[in-house]
Amino acid sequence: MNKLLAVSPSPHVHSGESVNKLMFNVVLALLPALAVSIYYFGLGAFVVTAIAVVSCLAFEFLIQKYLLKVTPSISDGSALVTGLLLAFNLPSNLPWWIIVIGALVSIGIGKMSFGGLGNNPFNPALVGRVFLLISFPVQMTSWPLPIESRAHYMDALTGATPLALVKEGLKGGQTMSTISEHIPNNMQLLMGSMGGSLGEIAAFALLIGFAWLLFKKVITWHIPVSIFVTIFAFTGILWLIDPAHNADPFFHLLTGGVMLGAIFMATDYVTSPMNPKGMWIFGIGIGALTVIIRVWGAYPEGVSFAILIMNAFVPLINTLVKPKRFGEEVKKNG
Amino acid sequence: MLKTFSIGGVHPPENKFSAGSKIVALPLPKQVSIPIAQHIGAPATAVVAKGDKVKVGQLIAQSSGFVSANIHSSVSGTVASLDPIMDSTGYKRPAITITVEGDEWDETIDRSTDLKVECSLTAEEIIAKVGQSGIVGMGGATFPSQVKLSVPKGKKAEVLIINGVECEPYLTSDHRVMLEMGHELMVGIQILKKALGVNLALIGIENNKPDAISHLAQIATKYSGIEVHALKVQYPQGGEKQLIKALINREVPSGGLPIEVGAVVHNVGTAIAVYEAVQKNKPLFERVVTVTGKHLATPSNFLVRIGTPISEVIAAAGGVPENTGKIVNGGPMMGKALNTIDAPVTKGTSGLIAFPAEEAKRKEAQSCVRCAKCVSVCPMGLEPYLLNRLSQKKMFERMEHEHVLDCIECGSCSFECPANLPLLDYIRLGKAEVGKIVRARKA
Repeated sequence: MNKLLAVSPSPHVHSGESVNKLMFNVVLALLPALAVSIYYFGLGAFVVTAIAVVSCLAFEFLIQKYLLKVTPSISDGSALVTGLLLAFNLPSNLPWWIIVIGALVSIGIGKMSFGGLGNNPFNPALVGRVFLLISFPVQMTSWPLPIESRAHYMDALTGATPLALVKEGLKGGQTMSTISEHIPNNMQLLMGSMGGSLGEIAAFALLIGFAWLLFKKVITWHIPVSIFVTIFAFTGILWLIDPAHNADPFFHLLTGGVMLGAIFMATDYVTSPMNPKGMWIFGIGIGALTVIIRVWGAYPEGVSFAILIMNAFVPLINTLVKPKRFGEEVKKNG
Repeated sequence: MLKTFSIGGVHPPENKFSAGSKIVALPLPKQVSIPIAQHIGAPATAVVAKGDKVKVGQLIAQSSGFVSANIHSSVSGTVASLDPIMDSTGYKRPAITITVEGDEWDETIDRSTDLKVECSLTAEEIIAKVGQSGIVGMGGATFPSQVKLSVPKGKKAEVLIINGVECEPYLTSDHRVMLEMGHELMVGIQILKKALGVNLALIGIENNKPDAISHLAQIATKYSGIEVHALKVQYPQGGEKQLIKALINREVPSGGLPIEVGAVVHNVGTAIAVYEAVQKNKPLFERVVTVTGKHLATPSNFLVRIGTPISEVIAAAGGVPENTGKIVNGGPMMGKALNTIDAPVTKGTSGLIAFPAEEAKRKEAQSCVRCAKCVSVCPMGLEPYLLNRLSQKKMFERMEHEHVLDCIECGSCSFECPANLPLLDYIRLGKAEVGKIVRARKA
């Protein structure tokens, strides 16, 4: 037989898993929430999403091709996910040029300036979102109200998020029992009937996405669950101490992007710890910071800032917190 | 819940095409080339010269140290040369090439197929016999077996673990041996127990071989102190440390040997070789080899004389398929790719796998996205992504600190990596460098 044989070190088989497949599954997992958003916010949700996705892909392509002069890798799906997540963090009536600026900051500053995929310390979509929140506070906090089957982009009817209503009400000396008459109940919150960023409103749709990510083994449960547990426990204790001046723990879990942040933003591969112990520390940190910002801080919601702050600790966590090594603890025989 | 090891692991497609093929003795080749280095440790020293007549089972190369192994002729005939040949490692290394004439066995070998159960040898005599017979670990690692049976002073063996896991995809040689040579296996295990002075032997078998599990569990009742355990199908269940963890829930400490937790692990093929050596006076000169592949005409399990050209073994299974791009000696996770099929079968050749061209080459590596899948699948609790980077940056001291020497090179990290990064390649490189540093420090 005169045939050239390939020679390479083991292993000689591969799982077939790829970055594209993982990203594609994240996109699939986001679709239920997008559908709910279009249901409540209408065309606006779709337009904002389209602008964010196209801008992110375009900026990644342009920066790679003309600035870094490397082969563009937009087909890996990571810029698509960044675009979707950026859109999910924006109001559905945001002017198009603000979205484009957000995409430029996300991709240009959040991702490419650090060396592209795999090297950015902060979640790119959140970098863009927080940049916009600080730069355009008015546009970024005027939320369209949820109206079933609305048809127009840029609807004039806007209002505050439930968390902002609670914060304002408490500041104004009201108690929870009076405030709760003006905010959706927990069942409505679960189904997404509230004002807010276009992707954060429907907890049940985001949880469907979570189930898909777990089923496809895209992420593990550690980060989302540790965030949920921390927020629930922390706000639960505050609520038990003083139910008149603290919202109940379910309310905290269902509002202000906790679901979106915990399931899709905090689990970003690049900017989260790489072993379960580290993931728990990361998740507890995000949960605790979120509650601190919400209860004692200036902003009504704190998930974005909490995630970005904990992103900064990830290299430290990865260096100090190691996975359980085999043979580390020598057990006594028997 | 099936028993298994506690951290990491993957489940590659099993592809055990040859599981139903009975073991068939391969016809004698015209010529064999028997390498004098086919085990871990020092190469043996040839004790025959060109032109010598040899018989089947005759000693042709002598063990040259404590960690070394005797080599016996697998055929009868005339020594044609002692020149180096290209062996399965891809290097030219010394081998004894013998032209086959007839099939004349050494008279002292008992060629009957009768089961001989009683063994009157003492532990020391058994260990000596295993050493004389050139037995090495048949699972593929080829570590000289008498070394494993010689328990160091101050240590005590408590349990013998028999590895019938065969967690590598494709391979079925251990599976067939367990089905077809169950009683020989049991007697071999009793002999090994006697050599080690232990009362209990545990056979671990992955649950994808239910016929072997029920067959051995049934005949084990006729022998004392042998238990059969079904294990979860999870690679690398057959890794020595993983198997010990799964069966007796003890962790071999970092850098330590199984004996430190009272365990000694031998492969099923090794136990049968021990039976044949001790009860039949038959040294190790043939073994069962799985020949398989997705496009191979007849995936088979052959009983092959050591030194037979790999090309002849594949020919007997229908020949190398048209679109073959890679042939692997061993399993797909840990085996070595051959650069020639003229290389001979050795004591460690558990299988030969023909991979089609489209599976022969790796996909292009992308950027690491830090998904941590390599960390979650590592059965030793290491961080392959980190070791990979440290190795590329030549930070070997840090690699040692990150326990790179604990890596068992199972390949789970590279298998799982969605970015197709050659993680294990770089880890191996770094591990070799760290090994040099550690040895230099001790010297």
